[in-house]
Amino acid sequence: MTAIDINPGLLMIVAGAVAAFLPLRARQALAIIAPLAAVMLLWSTPIGSEAVVSVAGFDFEILRLDRLSFVFALIFLLASALAAIYALHQDSPLHDASAMIYAGAAIGAALAGDLVTLFINWELTAVSSVLLILNAKTQRSYNAAMRYLIWQIGSGVMLMAGIALHWRATGSLDFEAMKLGDLASWLIFLAFGIKCAFPLLHNWMQDAYPEATATGTVVLSVFTTKLAVYAFARAFAGESLLIPIGAVMTCFPVFFAVIENDLRRVLAFSLNNQLGFMVVGIGIGSELGINGAVSHAFAHIIYKSLLFMSMGAVLYRVGTVKASELGGLHKSMPLTTIFCIIGAISIAGFPLTSGFVTKNLTLSAADTDGLFWTWLLLIFASAGVMEHSGIKIPFFAFFSHDGGHRVREAPLNMLLAMGIAAFACIFIGIFPSTLYSILPYPVDKDPYTTTSVVTKTQLLVFSVLAFAVLVRNGLYPKELPSTNLNTDWFYRVFGYNIVSTLLLLASDAGRFIATHTTEAFHAVERRLHYHHNPAGMLGKTWQTGVMVLWATIMLGSYLVIFYFR
Amino acid sequence: MRDDEQEPSWFERRENQNKLWYALLAVAGVLTVSEFLYEHHPHFEIEEIPEFFEIFGFLAFAFIVFAGIGLRKLIMRPEDYYDRD
Repeated sequence: MTAIDINPGLLMIVAGAVAAFLPLRARQALAIIAPLAAVMLLWSTPIGSEAVVSVAGFDFEILRLDRLSFVFALIFLLASALAAIYALHQDSPLHDASAMIYAGAAIGAALAGDLVTLFINWELTAVSSVLLILNAKTQRSYNAAMRYLIWQIGSGVMLMAGIALHWRATGSLDFEAMKLGDLASWLIFLAFGIKCAFPLLHNWMQDAYPEATATGTVVLSVFTTKLAVYAFARAFAGESLLIPIGAVMTCFPVFFAVIENDLRRVLAFSLNNQLGFMVVGIGIGSELGINGAVSHAFAHIIYKSLLFMSMGAVLYRVGTVKASELGGLHKSMPLTTIFCIIGAISIAGFPLTSGFVTKNLTLSAADTDGLFWTWLLLIFASAGVMEHSGIKIPFFAFFSHDGGHRVREAPLNMLLAMGIAAFACIFIGIFPSTLYSILPYPVDKDPYTTTSVVTKTQLLVFSVLAFAVLVRNGLYPKELPSTNLNTDWFYRVFGYNIVSTLLLLASDAGRFIATHTTEAFHAVERRLHYHHNPAGMLGKTWQTGVMVLWATIMLGSYLVIFYFR
Repeated sequence: MRDDEQEPSWFERRENQNKLWYALLAVAGVLTVSEFLYEHHPHFEIEEIPEFFEIFGFLAFAFIVFAGIGLRKLIMRPEDYYDRD
């Protein structure tokens, strides 16, 4: 077995399985060391390496390391180590083991060179991630986890059907670029689309992610959706249908994020919006577009983790992340506040942050190709990001009116994880070439042109100005304890009612049929009984004389008939 | 609970909030003026409108907020909506 055969994804899965049985400190050490060891393994594996395993006459390419899969495997591992540091304060074998297996499966899928290896890892991400939601151990999280699992397994079933059809049509199981056309490619496209939270297929995320534990949501936010982004970049780069889909994804969640009260759910909407930028970049498909999507995924995983970590810290200390109950926490949790603000300005894309240097590539890809409406929607969505992630999250959690909570600062390990993530956001912002150098294609673009710095700053600062004007005039909507309906309403209420009604109707119909058949049966029975009961015409015991009489009558009638014949 | 935590912080004093407001106005003013101080490289015609990004950013933000208020009328339900039988 050579170094290439030790797949970083498999390493994480095995480490996770072992970790489940280790005592607290050993388990936590493994959770941090395993991803870092896997990073070194990944780094020492030359780009272009492949590892093939033969099973039952099929060759499975369990590792294909190229410039695209490398970036995703790397950021998945780094995020995994960061999330492990963030979880050091708790003792939960279930969390530690499932988080590592989940990360390993996502890395295994990103490194998969064939569709079967992809499928196996794809399903493993679903099964391992649902444990992170169940780990919250409430009825609410259990219900959300079951809904989540149905969506995830649904995606897996579609992927499997697509792969089977693809294999029958082409005889190939290679995970390569494909064209949308036949049923197989559509099934695969939709399977990716579910995990990428396409519009109308999105709500499993906003439904389930905010129900996990403080640490669980941080892990969840990293893998599934970015694995889908990778899968699209691998298989459907340049598929123009992805441009409108992505543009819609950037815009519609911002309206839901404005009015959402649960701040981790706001972040889930924000995550959806960010995925839209990546999907647009992949749809454009130019080198700039793919670089934009990949670098955005890299930077996004860091600042989105950071934001979920800061809200997780609030949840851990205060016990809630409902905006209507928070406020004024900058006095109790000053460091968390600062880290959260760094995450917020990064996601909003202020100059000198990672969001600026990555989102810029996608925007340039759109304007280079002259896609005016796409570009305009992305600019609009950038103002939307400023609204819900740039301002709403830090403002309502840490400032606004004082919610009266007097708590301690987040635990040291949480601060450390947030500090590293915040540092990375700024570092990538100041030294974009560090990230640009590992992207799939060479980058010859300097993000810090005067035009780009001035226009983006103008856009963002005037968004902030709009916020300030609205707040000072009492026009900004109050945060209200509420549930906002989304597409999950269609199955949680509408579909539920329809099925309940149908079941009720079916049981009524059953009762109707049962009652009436019984009635008819009784009628037949009564008639039989009338004639055949012991006193009935056909059932009673007759006297011998009566029988002789009837026999005589019968013979007589026979004689008469014979005579007249 | 310590006594000093009861006092309003720097951010909670009215005069400081006003300071932040004026600082924001100053930054916005500088950005408005900066429009005329550099060479533009517009990709689309719309970018040639003077102060396009400021106007667009301000209006987009306000639109999103007001659209959100409208959306609330449509989809907002009590907090325990899904928990009730």
